Amino acid sequence: MNYRMILRIIGYILFMEAFLMLPGAVIGWFDGEPDVVRAYMISIAIILVVGALFTWTGRNARKGFYAREGFVTTGMSWLVMSALGCLPFWISRQIPSYVDCMFEMVSGFTTTGSSILSNVEGLSRGLLYWRSFSHWVGGMGVLVFLMAIVPLSGKNGGFTLHILRAESPGPSVGKMVPRMKKTALILYLIYTGLTVIDFILLHLAGMPVFDAFCHAVGTAGTGGFGVRNDSLAGYSPAAQTITTVFMFLFGVNFSCYYLILLKRFKDVFRDEELRTYLLIIFASIAVISLNIRGLYGSLGEAIHHAAFQVGTVMSTTGFATADFDLWPALSKSIMLILMLGGACAGSTGGGLKIARFVLMLKALRRNIHENLHPTEVRRVKMNGQGVDEKVLANLHGYLIAYVGILIISFLIISLDGFSMETNISAVFATFNNIGPGFGAVGPTMNYYAYSNLSKIVMIFNMLAGRLEIMPMLVLFSRTTWRTK
Amino acid sequence: MKILVAGSGKVGSEIVEKLSAEGHELTIIDNDTDVLESIMENYDVIGVRGNAASLDVLEEAGARDTDLLIAVTDMDEVNLLACMTARSINEDIKTIARIRNPDYRSQAVRMRSLFGLDMSINPEENAAVEIKRLLQYPGFLNIDTFARGNAEIVTLRIDENSQLKNVKLNDLDHIVHTTVLVALVERGGRCIIPDGDFVLQENDRIHVTASTNNLSVLLRNLGILTRRVKDVLIAGGSTIGYYLARELEDTGIRATIIEKKPSRCNELATLLPKARIILGDASSQQFLESENLGSFDALITLTGLDELNIVISLFGQACGVPTIITKMSHAENNRMLDSLPIGSVISSKEMISSTIVRYVRSIQNTKGAALTVHMFGNGTAEAIEFDVDDETRHCGEELKDIHVKHGVLIAGITRGLETEIPSGSSRFLPGDTLVIVAGSDLKIRELNDIFED
Repeated sequence: MNYRMILRIIGYILFMEAFLMLPGAVIGWFDGEPDVVRAYMISIAIILVVGALFTWTGRNARKGFYAREGFVTTGMSWLVMSALGCLPFWISRQIPSYVDCMFEMVSGFTTTGSSILSNVEGLSRGLLYWRSFSHWVGGMGVLVFLMAIVPLSGKNGGFTLHILRAESPGPSVGKMVPRMKKTALILYLIYTGLTVIDFILLHLAGMPVFDAFCHAVGTAGTGGFGVRNDSLAGYSPAAQTITTVFMFLFGVNFSCYYLILLKRFKDVFRDEELRTYLLIIFASIAVISLNIRGLYGSLGEAIHHAAFQVGTVMSTTGFATADFDLWPALSKSIMLILMLGGACAGSTGGGLKIARFVLMLKALRRNIHENLHPTEVRRVKMNGQGVDEKVLANLHGYLIAYVGILIISFLIISLDGFSMETNISAVFATFNNIGPGFGAVGPTMNYYAYSNLSKIVMIFNMLAGRLEIMPMLVLFSRTTWRTK
Repeated sequence: MKILVAGSGKVGSEIVEKLSAEGHELTIIDNDTDVLESIMENYDVIGVRGNAASLDVLEEAGARDTDLLIAVTDMDEVNLLACMTARSINEDIKTIARIRNPDYRSQAVRMRSLFGLDMSINPEENAAVEIKRLLQYPGFLNIDTFARGNAEIVTLRIDENSQLKNVKLNDLDHIVHTTVLVALVERGGRCIIPDGDFVLQENDRIHVTASTNNLSVLLRNLGILTRRVKDVLIAGGSTIGYYLARELEDTGIRATIIEKKPSRCNELATLLPKARIILGDASSQQFLESENLGSFDALITLTGLDELNIVISLFGQACGVPTIITKMSHAENNRMLDSLPIGSVISSKEMISSTIVRYVRSIQNTKGAALTVHMFGNGTAEAIEFDVDDETRHCGEELKDIHVKHGVLIAGITRGLETEIPSGSSRFLPGDTLVIVAGSDLKIRELNDIFED
């Protein structure tokens, strides 16, 4: 294991984190809150010292960097980044418990949006900035960002692929252009571009600058932290509609946008994952709208709320305009199922990913067929291309790990004595990086009441969900750390 | 620059390694997913699976806005078709195809215009030419030519009995009695550009610049045998073996080829009337002894197996064959080889990748591009030849007054037919040719890059 190189990369990430925190201190200073400024300054100092220590230790790193290092780097850097990133909340005493701070921070970076705060408006704006902006930082991935600006690749230039694979969601991750640096740049350009458009539109729709910024970055990362206690319910319908559209947009695979930039529209519309994604969106909105028709004044309003809530769950964002916990059972069941599915691979959203879902169904169909016609040879295809059997094997492994973690986490948090609906949806919502669940963790509630043990389990779930399980499991595997 | 490489076999991956290090955007086309996967894990490149001659695959790999296609799959026909197809969708694309089947050799020039090739490469033939050159100067491990053949960098290994062992470079002139310059020393897998106080050690590989006329003086004064090679034993009737025997036909060197497949022997006997073809197993010591291996002036091992080549070469050394050349396909830069007396190591893929790197650099900057590039020490250092023109700075100044970058050495100045080994008072003028030795990481792309100011 190339520990030095790993430490060096984590060191770089910490420098970046310290830099990204600075605006929070500036906002705190403008708002005349010396406590917040002091908390930021101490946190930044600590992060810089740790970062310097790491890069100094890793100064003479070997070049060898392989899949194992890629996974460990990703898992470790997200852990370290969260553990140090939550310091401002803790030092400022605005969230007194460190576990709560860590929960909030991990929820931010993993773009979950589950909160332990009952009164969001009680938090200073300086801290609200960092809470929301962490969504944007975590959405596309910090290591991907690092690859866009730091020339990490030396002689063994392909190693960046291991990092991209470990950090980016999806069953088969690849580059869009030959150079990793350029791929990362393109991803971030699209990401920033969409965010800026969202921000401008939200501001035009009547949101104050700060709110518009927080919601734009929250939508972009498909996070879901708002700045008000009632999330988006209090803003204009126009702002809600804009957010709905952008939630769906950020749930789409970013390589689709790259294809659009290249004017290869045909390839975009032929994309099976995108088509399934759109199909699920429209079908669920239609069914839910009809189902909740009676709760709202007009069909238009029902569609408006159905679309927003479907968007928030499918893209795994977690904003809310209506309390879907009060909806009829059919709508709630659909929402629960949508929580599982998640967004497209290669987007900022979480969950199982539509691509995996489609592949799973196709593999299942082939399996049934093979049982009936044992000699026939069939290939699972996606977008007209044969899917590598290795990808399918990984998918099976992924599913087993996914279900296993669900069950174990469910058992552990059941110790706390909440209702079964609450516990199941809490695990779903954190593991799939959505945010709110049902019952005691519904859109109008929060996760504060859970015990520390349950919160730690959910912290693990959020990280495992965002990094697609493997980087986190690898950290706890003995073979990873064995030297021989 | 955007470059497509079709085929990622031995030559393909070598090219990918070199060009990727030069900072180009590379897309690789290959049929084999596993091969693609491993190349993408090792280099910062992207892979496309498929047949390189298929229009769809070329489209997907972005041939429309690619600057250069290098077709090096193992089939000549696919390479040609790939170049032609790429040309049909992108008029400006430059194409390089590997054509190595001897059947096509005589029509190589015609095919170049027929298929719109900018360059065709034949690694086996190149290797054969290289071996021929080594045979003409027995004693050197490697010879790289510069300045249209007027200057050379030769490679020597310091062995146990060498007169150069433990010699300070400043004292070198007293031993060799001619002007030479040690431009580069490979020690333990690293390349060092030495200064005057550098002391040579056993097992160093030294790269020496000298004018072509001084080479034989150098060899004689070092006590290295320079008996003319007359009889050559070639172990393995591969394509290189065939090209080599052909090259040797009009040099007066007699070639004997040992090949174990009867059908191949028949083919070779038809194609090579002047060479002696022997049916037999070159890996058998008994057989080699019965053919009187010790009486040959040179042994060249060209079988398809690197291990076998090494073993046969070692046996040749034991039998007292003065010149030994070993072909390697995989581990040519293995440090273990330095300690084995297997003579010169020839690797066709390395020569090809140097040629392609030079070509790529020359289309990148049309003016002031390198004339020749040779790589040493697994590509960590290179010798580059440049023309001095009006835009070159510091023309006419004495070298001792010019500040060149750390790790750069001016190893030769050629004016007309004369090559001067530079000293502090030497100067270069427009029209001269300079040979520069530098670490590859310095990225010397034009002559002015070598100056500090």
